[in-house]
Amino acid sequence: MSGFPILSLLVFAPWAGALALAVLPGLGSRARTILTLAASLTTLALALPLLGSFERAGTGYQFVEQHAWISSLNVTYHLGLDGLSLLLVLLTGLLGPAGLLASQAAGRETRNFGILYLLLQGAALGVFLALDFFHWFIFWELSLIPAYFLIKCWGGPGAGRAAYQFVIYTMGGSAFLLLGFVAIFAATGTLDFVELARLGAGGVLAAKLSALGGFWPKAVFLGVFLGFAVKVPLYPFHTWLPGAYAEAPTGVSMFLTGVLSKMGVYGFLRILWPLFPGPLHDAALPLLWLALGGAVLGAFAAMRQTDLKRMIAYSSVNHLSYCLLALFAVSAATGRPGLPADAAAAALSGTLLQMFNHGLSAAALFYCVGVLEARSGGLRGLGDFGGVRTAAPVFAGLCGIAMFSSLGLPGLNGFVGEFLIFRGVWGLAPWAASVACLGLFATALFLMTFWQRVFHGPRAGAAAGAFADLRGIDIAVLGPLAALMLIFGVLPQILTGIFNPLITAWASHLSLP
Amino acid sequence: MSLLPWCIYLSLAGALLSLAAGRRSAGAARWIALATAAGSWGLTLLAAARFTPGPGMQTLVDIPWIPTMGVRYHLAADGISLTLVVLTGLVATSGVLFSWNIGERTGEFFGLFLALVAGVYGVFLSADVLLLFVFYEVAIVPKYFLIAIWGSTNREYAAMKLALYSFAGSAMVLAGLLWVYAAGGGHSFGFAELAQAAALLPRAQQIVIFGLVFFGFATLAGIFPLHTWAPTGHVAAPTAASMLLAGVVMKLGAYGCLRVALPLSPVGFAFWQTPIAWLALIGIVYAGLVALMREDLKFVIGYSSVSHMGFVLLGLAAADLRAVSGAVLQMFSHGVIAGLLFAVVGRMVYDRTHTRMLSDLRAMPLARLLPFAAVVFVIAGMASMGLPGFSGFPAELSILIGSWTVAPGWVAVAAVGVLVAAAFTLRAIRLSFFGSGEGAASQESGKASDHALQFPPITLAEKAGALLLVGATVLVGLKPDLLLDWINPALQSPLFHAVLKGGAP
Repeated sequence: MSGFPILSLLVFAPWAGALALAVLPGLGSRARTILTLAASLTTLALALPLLGSFERAGTGYQFVEQHAWISSLNVTYHLGLDGLSLLLVLLTGLLGPAGLLASQAAGRETRNFGILYLLLQGAALGVFLALDFFHWFIFWELSLIPAYFLIKCWGGPGAGRAAYQFVIYTMGGSAFLLLGFVAIFAATGTLDFVELARLGAGGVLAAKLSALGGFWPKAVFLGVFLGFAVKVPLYPFHTWLPGAYAEAPTGVSMFLTGVLSKMGVYGFLRILWPLFPGPLHDAALPLLWLALGGAVLGAFAAMRQTDLKRMIAYSSVNHLSYCLLALFAVSAATGRPGLPADAAAAALSGTLLQMFNHGLSAAALFYCVGVLEARSGGLRGLGDFGGVRTAAPVFAGLCGIAMFSSLGLPGLNGFVGEFLIFRGVWGLAPWAASVACLGLFATALFLMTFWQRVFHGPRAGAAAGAFADLRGIDIAVLGPLAALMLIFGVLPQILTGIFNPLITAWASHLSLP
Repeated sequence: MSLLPWCIYLSLAGALLSLAAGRRSAGAARWIALATAAGSWGLTLLAAARFTPGPGMQTLVDIPWIPTMGVRYHLAADGISLTLVVLTGLVATSGVLFSWNIGERTGEFFGLFLALVAGVYGVFLSADVLLLFVFYEVAIVPKYFLIAIWGSTNREYAAMKLALYSFAGSAMVLAGLLWVYAAGGGHSFGFAELAQAAALLPRAQQIVIFGLVFFGFATLAGIFPLHTWAPTGHVAAPTAASMLLAGVVMKLGAYGCLRVALPLSPVGFAFWQTPIAWLALIGIVYAGLVALMREDLKFVIGYSSVSHMGFVLLGLAAADLRAVSGAVLQMFSHGVIAGLLFAVVGRMVYDRTHTRMLSDLRAMPLARLLPFAAVVFVIAGMASMGLPGFSGFPAELSILIGSWTVAPGWVAVAAVGVLVAAAFTLRAIRLSFFGSGEGAASQESGKASDHALQFPPITLAEKAGALLLVGATVLVGLKPDLLLDWINPALQSPLFHAVLKGGAP
């Protein structure tokens, strides 16, 4: 309980930036750009010292802030940080400025764009740090509104429809989530995640909900589940994703795939799993199949795309499904006698790493497609390019790193996460791991196709004429991302060190009934 | 607290003054109206600051009025009245600001407007049923004229329909109340005395009486299927009247249900509870679906009001302490949000574009031409969708939690209503303000055509009115305890004990 409210500062600094932009309409474009970027960089600037003072051995919440808020609903203002949140805050801190720089590089960033983007960044941070449902849900829902306008007003030709679909799907999920929490509050009288997790682990929550009788206890679980399943998205709730990601402007796509999709996985890990260990265990087998569906079908769908941006969007479905695959495999094995605890720990570590790694690689790939679009006047078809490697060698190199990271080449960061997931799932549910391998093959296939058709061969299509290599600002976006991919590929313990004690604590609870 | 009755008298005086001043100068009438509305709002806030929450109504004035019938001029207030009185002052003040451009018969407009406001204050402060009824009727008459004279689309029809529904509803209420009054020996119209008299009647009679009184009031709250006056009335009314109508007058009905009908006969309520809840749920979903289809933007908002009032009625039907306090909070919240929506659509948009058809509006790049209106409409839409951070969320959350303990099935249906609300609000936002400019390409071409369309900028009065309402919904959304600390103790009064259940919220 440190006295200084550093987490509040972390959450509200981007919003303060948005407010400053809103009340200073007369700012020159250069000053405005710098102000927006500075507000976006506050997250990283505050997260790095946090990383230093973060108690790595601790498994509880740190830097906790808790104040009375709404007495009649027993709601408190409650922020806290553990290894999982810290990882995602760092990811947000990296991708927030990267997405913003990408938008500035494309010249699409205006005052309104900056305001909305900073609102979105603050909302994402709030989701990762708030520990009371009421508090958390404010950020969860408010993240939709800036995302809607960012997609709609700065997106491609089909953006209006895609944005509407995105919001309606997610709100549909949220309505059921809300319903679930209405029931939880009616049963327990609290909305605090920490308190509820305690009740969930002890089986008290399940007992209280089962007093409802009939189908209702299951409906409560299903409601909360749907809210997160749409957000991740879990197959078959993913249909909003390709449209939204493909129509959004590059910088926003980067942030959506890098950070917003993690909100769903975070919800599974922070809320659904701790609160409903029993129901999740009972439902784990069908859910494993859904995760496999996402991993395999997502990859095959990506293989069928000729639009590069949609290809990357589908590959996100595939990558995020691995995270859920690992979680469901762990949940399915919970309570099994002789549970291989090391496999469970590996799977969970892999999930967390994969969240971070996918954020880096998918954001970088979206940026690469954005570069291709910018150089070719808006083309992004698989057949529109050829021989870009000779025209733009630096670009080819950085894009290649992102691509190989995404397909899990050893030595790059993507490998570590996927390896741990497969290692864990293999120990827990070997059949699921073998089915999921199909997804790996398909991913390798479509990424290699992308690589070959766009970068190799004689210069053709949009790359036949003048095709400039990366500018300074492009390198400012892609360079750090690629460097991090290399660093975390070789030294993953930088990341795992943050959350290892947490994973150990989680895994030690698993053999309990 | 003893200041509070003066908001009625001040509004009446202001009505007469602006009527008189309007004969000479429209400007004077406006300023008098603004001073009156803001002044009485200030009085309510001052009274609120000195208010100590507690169970039971705190008497303000109590003198015999018609001694032979036992009618008393009895004004009193508790946390529920106070919440609604503050709401009335807020909506009335911003309503005057949004009527600044009324140029035709200005004095009469503000005179009627303030008379309506006075009637509404009176209803919320009455502690004698006959007095409440008198104020209730006082509120209906100016409504008719405001719509019939200054209205738009189909105004005579809408005004007549609204007046007929209102009078039919009040006739039902009066019949039920007189029945109980007579059965009790004709001594008093006090709430407690009437409830005592009703309790002695046979069950069948109590059921009929409760039905008459509750549905009589619920007509004005827009209960399905007696809601049809509301959308037509809201659409035809001039902006400030729509704001009052949706923001405050619909609350009169809900307030009557809560204050008069529920305590009157717990036996009758037990019989009607489930039907009322289902009518409320049908209203929530059905009105939302209609709002999703409508072409006229004002109709969309009119139906959204019916949908939101369905939540109030659901909360009342659940008769759980938490649900009812949520219902009162929702009355406040909806009053502010509906006022804001009607202000944007009626005043900021319609008075400039002279069309409310979504098909016409989507052809104009309104978000660029009227950025302030666009931002306010998006905020109001977010609040109306029930997004957390705005006043509708804690209200609906309380209602849903309270109803869940009574019947989970109701909450499941209501959740569908929440989703429908998100869909129609987003559709309205998308088509009205962000219809064109979809995608980058049309944004470029849109800039060239902007010069063809020029609208007068948003005036200072409009901005001030909008900021008042936005501030209120955010403030209550982030700190609902401000109002809940008034409302919850009031629900502990002995009169409500008989009908409400559930532990202390």
